[in-house]
Amino acid sequence: MSTVVGEMDQHDDHHHHAPSGITRWLFTTNHKDIGSMYLWFSFIMFLVGGSMAMVIRAELFQPGLQLVDPHFFNQMTTVHGLIMVFGAVMPAFTGLANWMIPMMIGAPDMALPRMNNWSFWILPFAFAILLASLFMEGGGPAFGWTFYAPLSTTYSSDSTALFVFSVHIMGISSIMGAINVIVTIMNMRAPGMSYMKMPLFVWTWFITAFLLIAVMPVLAGAVTMVLTDKYFGTSFFDAAGGGDPVMFQHIFWFFGHPEVYIMILPSFGIVSAIIPAFSRKRLFGYSSMVYATAAIAGLSFLVWAHHMFTTGMPVFAELFFMYCTMLISVPTGVKVFNWVATMWRGSISFETPMLFALAFVILFTIGGFSGLMLAITPVDFQYHDTYFVVAHFHYVLVSGAIFSIMAAAYYWLPKWTGHMYDEGLAKLHFWASLISVNVLFFPMHFAGLAGMPRRIPDYSVQFADINQIVSIGGFAFGLSQLIFLWLVIKCVKGGKKAPAKPWEGAEGLEWTVPSPAPYHTFDTPPEVK
Amino acid sequence: MAEQPTKPDNTRIIRRLLLTVVGMFAFGFALVPLYNVFCDITGFNGRFTDGQAAANTRSVDTNRTVNVQFITRVNKGMPWGFEPEVSSVRIHPGETKVVNFLANNPTGQNMIAQAIPSVAPGEASLYLNKVECFCFNQQPLAAESKTAMPMQFYLDPDIPEHIHTVTLSYTMYDMTENATPDALAAIAQPVN
Ligand code: HEM
Ligand SMILES: [Cu+2]
Repeated sequence: MSTVVGEMDQHDDHHHHAPSGITRWLFTTNHKDIGSMYLWFSFIMFLVGGSMAMVIRAELFQPGLQLVDPHFFNQMTTVHGLIMVFGAVMPAFTGLANWMIPMMIGAPDMALPRMNNWSFWILPFAFAILLASLFMEGGGPAFGWTFYAPLSTTYSSDSTALFVFSVHIMGISSIMGAINVIVTIMNMRAPGMSYMKMPLFVWTWFITAFLLIAVMPVLAGAVTMVLTDKYFGTSFFDAAGGGDPVMFQHIFWFFGHPEVYIMILPSFGIVSAIIPAFSRKRLFGYSSMVYATAAIAGLSFLVWAHHMFTTGMPVFAELFFMYCTMLISVPTGVKVFNWVATMWRGSISFETPMLFALAFVILFTIGGFSGLMLAITPVDFQYHDTYFVVAHFHYVLVSGAIFSIMAAAYYWLPKWTGHMYDEGLAKLHFWASLISVNVLFFPMHFAGLAGMPRRIPDYSVQFADINQIVSIGGFAFGLSQLIFLWLVIKCVKGGKKAPAKPWEGAEGLEWTVPSPAPYHTFDTPPEVK
Repeated sequence: MAEQPTKPDNTRIIRRLLLTVVGMFAFGFALVPLYNVFCDITGFNGRFTDGQAAANTRSVDTNRTVNVQFITRVNKGMPWGFEPEVSSVRIHPGETKVVNFLANNPTGQNMIAQAIPSVAPGEASLYLNKVECFCFNQQPLAAESKTAMPMQFYLDPDIPEHIHTVTLSYTMYDMTENATPDALAAIAQPVN
């Protein structure tokens, strides 16, 4: 990152000089600085959440209880989930948005740079609070990332107030980030950059930001109700006082399902940038991509109860939610079709960003298919709360969202650092991740179909072999990510000088500025034809 | 819009987005009454319209018999014993029946409790009508005493053909801390 500072001094004498040292990062309002901080933060959280996954997999290596006690195990699954969702995936996307959206639409910065600084800097506090709660007497949150009442109300530990507080902060951060993205996209596009000329990454983030604005407040409401039920004697979810615990699930999943799309729509945008670049062809069906994204976002509000098929809903409601859920796979299918059609007869080369993007398309589709299986109400009675669900959402989130973030990092690292990353190391990282991620998550399907429940520290012996394989895959996947850490540090420090446009087939305004991107770009808006 | 040479108006968009945020936060809370209204109207989730049904004036459909099962439990930490006198009855739709539920308070304190009903399948809750039920009110019970609490009900003859079994379950909650004035008055006098 030192290179960025150097560039700034050379190029922008007419701008105020950023302070150096820690204050530069504390007070910065520059979208590139903030983007970098988001990305580093998300990577640190990825490693922290990943270590918790290692604890989980170590305990599950063998049947029986050997390493940690069940209560701590539950805290690990809970905090792992919370950190990965709110600390790793979402901030990574916000970091990418900060870095890339202004450069992609030809804007000098985000529209609300001061708010941008705030929305980043409150995040470390949120996660410090969450992590600190693990050390409280009675332990941290142990009720699952979905914090179902009454687990999170009647049966939770005293640290629940900290959990609620930290989720509030995360929510405020996301909402501020989303407002910034929307205002930037609506008001800061360069002349000629009409909506239907925007790169798909910008489009998918635009739609994601609206989803965030719509559902993060509902999450805030849900945690607030948990707080008042637990500490202030209300009975939103307590049947004794006229409330209803099933209602918690409705409110949570009204947030929760759109949330899973918040974690995947920006991925669609990333992949839609990378696949054309390395196929040396234009994206097939640009406008259908935009409409499909909007359709997915709209439908995502009508499917929440597919997480609740076993709560005893009436048949009519089960069928309604089943069909709506299946309907989502239509626009999703349009997207997969378009990516494949883009590659069709393209002149494809397989640099690391493309490898991750290809793996994304295939593995995300597997996750989509297991989602379709789960959407079939009668069979979900068997699959629900088993490892099959765990396999499903890790295919869409790890080999989906995370792989797309890796692809994005490789694709834009030369632009960020001014250096080419080490392609050999990158290939190693890719193949190690690809193999281990499948060893890790594919057998979980079988464990789930055979009836192994999720969120459990011990299991009956017939699942021993499968779990051993899964754990080995898990350790391998965890270690593989250290290659990436090493690679990024190496690339920041030095490497082959990157040209302005390191990828032959890449398109977009970000490739018209030098690498590394100067501290200030597009002070005078570019002309978009 | 993008072509505007002047500084575009951010505050209007921000104001609208913030309003949406506030609106959605309120919507989260509005889901609570909406949910209750929805469940009461449709009977989803095995909810009752807690009100008392009119005495049965309908004809009895002797061609069908429905098995009505009773399940009882007490909330965690609630010391009472609580169980139905019979575990199930077979009745014709339209036929009125009384079932007693037995409660005993083994503690040394006078207590007040309330039973919360739920019906499975949820669809059936619209057709299960209670003429009289101990669950309508809080139930006081003096220290170390027992009582039999009646529940009188009938099934609406319109109950769909495919429902052969209805399960009525009650969970008993300790309400001593949140007692209504009526219940407090009842416990203040020596019971029987
Ligand atoms: C074709 C698309 C999809 C379908 C049909 C689908 C369907 C489902 C269903 C029915 C469940 C509930 C299973 C159960 O609990 O019994 C589920 C769970 C889940 N899905 Fe998906 N899904 C799809 C895509 C996605 C995507 C794109 C993501 C995120 C990127 C995602 C993340 C999750 C998560 C996190 C859970 C588990 C939540 C929990 O219980 O903790 N899904 N999915
Ligand atoms: Cu869902």
